Amino acid sequence: MTSPSTTAVLFQNVTRHFGTVRAVDGVDLKIEQGEFFAMLGPSGSGKTTCLRLIAGFEQPTAGHIEIFNETAEGLAPNRRDVNTVFQDYALFPHMTVLDNVAYGLMVRGVSRPDRERRAREALSLVRLEGMDARRPAQLSGGQRQRVALARALVNRPKVLLLDEPLGALDLKLREDMQEELRRLHKQLGLTFVFVTHDQGEALSMADRVAVFNQGRIVQVGTPEDIYQRPTTRFVAEFVGSSNVLTPDEAPRFGGVSHWTSLRPEAILIGSAAEAMDIRQPAEVVDQQFQGAMRKTLLKINGREVWSLAPAAQALEAGRTVTVGWAQGALHAMKGEGAHV
Amino acid sequence: MRSEGSSLLLKLSALGGLVFLHGPLAIILLYAFTTEGKSYQFPPPGLTLQWFAVAWNRPDIWAALTLSVNVALIATGLALVLGTLAAAALSRTRFWGRDNVSLLLILPLALPGIITGIALRSAFNLMDLPYSVFTIVLGHATFCIVVVYNNAVARFRRLSPSLVEASFDLGADAFQTFRHVVLPNIGTALLAGGMLAFALSFDEVIVTTFTAGQQTTLPIWMLNELVRPRDRPVTNVVAVLVMAVTFFPILAAYWLTREGEHVAGGSR
Repeated sequence: MTSPSTTAVLFQNVTRHFGTVRAVDGVDLKIEQGEFFAMLGPSGSGKTTCLRLIAGFEQPTAGHIEIFNETAEGLAPNRRDVNTVFQDYALFPHMTVLDNVAYGLMVRGVSRPDRERRAREALSLVRLEGMDARRPAQLSGGQRQRVALARALVNRPKVLLLDEPLGALDLKLREDMQEELRRLHKQLGLTFVFVTHDQGEALSMADRVAVFNQGRIVQVGTPEDIYQRPTTRFVAEFVGSSNVLTPDEAPRFGGVSHWTSLRPEAILIGSAAEAMDIRQPAEVVDQQFQGAMRKTLLKINGREVWSLAPAAQALEAGRTVTVGWAQGALHAMKGEGAHV
Repeated sequence: MRSEGSSLLLKLSALGGLVFLHGPLAIILLYAFTTEGKSYQFPPPGLTLQWFAVAWNRPDIWAALTLSVNVALIATGLALVLGTLAAAALSRTRFWGRDNVSLLLILPLALPGIITGIALRSAFNLMDLPYSVFTIVLGHATFCIVVVYNNAVARFRRLSPSLVEASFDLGADAFQTFRHVVLPNIGTALLAGGMLAFALSFDEVIVTTFTAGQQTTLPIWMLNELVRPRDRPVTNVVAVLVMAVTFFPILAAYWLTREGEHVAGGSR
């Protein structure tokens, strides 16, 4: 790793239109070298198109892209020091695991013994050994994922792109692979750019998150920033479900007349509420047991809001309780706008 | 429930159909060995291999065979290149009029040969193109492209577009991507399409009669022999040869595409 201030990927007012569809609409973006950067958004929000613009599968309709201070427009995918882990893995079905991983070296003319040694190193890096001679069809989903990772890493790219790489895995495998990716990121010190629609994944893995909506970046920041200080209603609701209060409602909750986000876990119920700045009576509407917590629907000031109560705090519907939250839990946002 | 009676009837009619279709082929095979050279006397008075020797020594048969093989090889080669390119374009991109282009490509196979033949003949006339091996090849290529295209397009559709992107992403150029990723995945389909195309071209009569000048392909030679019989069993010998040359590629094509289905299904 060189100086931490080197920019790995730079987007300047990048736009990509497909016919009349503005898939990416004026995106400015700066990804630092060595960052684990997540692009988060619902499907069709432009995050995957941004990834494909970095990979070179798409060219911008307008704007400017740099990869390590080198202009990327017009540069073919095979001329970029960037490798991709595809959503469907895109392993070559007719090749063995070893040949798949060695492919990038083979097309660059690395001799067979050399490329096979390096491919084995890459496979041991992702902890997949002894599968060299198998075909992709003979592997499990998690193993294919590791082959795809090894194949992308063997070329020693400057940026590793991951397109929803965990989408096809079941929950347990997902958690394992999340840890694995974080370990690899630390170990290799590479720039990782990661596309996902899963906010939990983005928050837990990334150094910084860009939230996309309708072809634009709505907010960029650390996971804490994004979660605790959402700038718009869209971010507040998409990144962890939040109670979004209208400018009319907010003052009744102790806030100012702005669109305001109040996270469910900030609303405490019963004795726990005593120490809070703001206390109000509330009616319990419904409660859902969720293992560690009880998701509780409350009616405060005629407005229904969600709260997260400890699992032990079972409350029957219709009961009146005291609820409370800290003044700082009320986060005023810039505007309602879905993509302002 | 199915009754035994209708099942038996069904079996008998199926058997009857097969005998009706393949019986004449057996008769041709039998009369390639008969000792009687003038008529189809049944049963043949005796069996001999002499007609194979006679056929071997006939230069007109050799000339026709060479021409047929050459035409079939060139037409198949042309069809492999153009059919694959067309399949790649039509299966991977969407553009206005794509379905119409696809229909126009397949049409020559559905069109009666006589229409194709007349159309090509008048086109060659208009262009002042003299009838030659070249015009025969063009005529055959019209339907050879279709079989290659049909085989290739089905395989292209099953080929994930991200495979090609992955290859570029890993540093391969277009040629390397075609050679190492695309070709291995469509290879058996092309081989199958090519063999079918070869077999179709090798025994084609109708389009050939309209597009050939003085040249005689093997099927045309056989047609001429039927009108002016000269050593009838020699014609049967040539017929057996044509059957062999067309039967084995078609059988091989069948096995290749069957295996291809299996491989593609397994990788899902």
